[in-house]
Amino acid sequence: MHELAICQALMTQVETIARDNHAVRVTTITVGMGPLAGVEEQLLKNAYPVASAGTVAADAELIIQLTPVRVHCPGCNKQSTVQSNRLVCSHCGDWRTELLSGDELILIRVELDKAEQAAAALH
Amino acid sequence: MCDTCGCNITPGNEHLISAGGKLEKTRDGHEAVTVLHSLLEENDHTAQHNREHFNSHGVVAINLMSSPGAGKTALLEATIKALGGEFNMAVIEGDLETENDAERIRKHGVTAVQITTGSACHLDAHMVHGALHDLALADLELVFIENVGNLVCPASFDLGQHCNVVLLSVPEGDDKPAKYPVMFRCADMVMLSKADLLPILDDFSPQRAEQYLRNLASPAPLIPVSSKTGDGMDDWLSWLRDMIDKTRQASSSTPVAHPHHHHGPGHSKHSQP
Repeated sequence: MHELAICQALMTQVETIARDNHAVRVTTITVGMGPLAGVEEQLLKNAYPVASAGTVAADAELIIQLTPVRVHCPGCNKQSTVQSNRLVCSHCGDWRTELLSGDELILIRVELDKAEQAAAALH
Repeated sequence: MCDTCGCNITPGNEHLISAGGKLEKTRDGHEAVTVLHSLLEENDHTAQHNREHFNSHGVVAINLMSSPGAGKTALLEATIKALGGEFNMAVIEGDLETENDAERIRKHGVTAVQITTGSACHLDAHMVHGALHDLALADLELVFIENVGNLVCPASFDLGQHCNVVLLSVPEGDDKPAKYPVMFRCADMVMLSKADLLPILDDFSPQRAEQYLRNLASPAPLIPVSSKTGDGMDDWLSWLRDMIDKTRQASSSTPVAHPHHHHGPGHSKHSQP
């Protein structure tokens, strides 16, 4: 249910990037997230049309790259890919692992069409 | 500490940074800007600002989270009584509607600021920042932030707290950490609340609850407590005192940038950090 708030935060960042780059249109937005970010992919996608309506990114495609949950075990010095509610080392079974990835929630990339003429006129 | 919100480049995503630099052309001629910023950057910035405010006044802040009805307010009432004025404290209450919880706290002579979130299912750093303007931080040592009752959304938002305390009430069942890993993974302390019900609800196994918590790679202590009978309160208070000492030592030895303005009653709510 907090996905709308997160989508609005995303739009603020995208609009700033679009403005800084004199973009007339944002075509693609790539977001990276892991299961431990606490955000549902489908809910974020559902929130997108609401949050982007009337903005420079209204027609952009939202691409979500899911990162796996990976842990490092200091005990046996090995890495494993695990489920989000079982961060136990799959090699030696120790629970005292360190999270390597799977909790990120980041804006990776924005693709846009630039207003070349507008940009040229400003310089 | 919960680092869920402050993430940026990790071994899981570093390959996404292109060698070609920040700006590049895509195959179909669009410009592409590589960003790699947390989506919650704005919230995290305000949370850090809140934390600096707490630190500059030597205040320890605790984010208290659980399902609705797990006994957060009852725990706070029992804590206020048991501490008997040992710390100057205040409570920030988050609820969708009503001042009921704040009024319960005020009856014990403790300042309580109510944030009503309307339809929002969680507190964020901006809401807490607004509430700080109604607290005289200079006179305080301990602030509890009672989050909106919800095991999902509050876990994703850093408020500027020093630690997270999560309640798991016995009637909810012992597998909650397995069902809500994001919440329980960020807990620095898990309390089995309503522990006086353990003899009645005997299908709840504290050992199983602890195993589910360890499966999240969490070293957090898990203690049974009953706000009603007072059982377990000593364990909770001794953890609390220890945590307050450690946090103060850490925050006084780490120089922080001075916040740009001072908080307290009468201060304009509209000034920007």
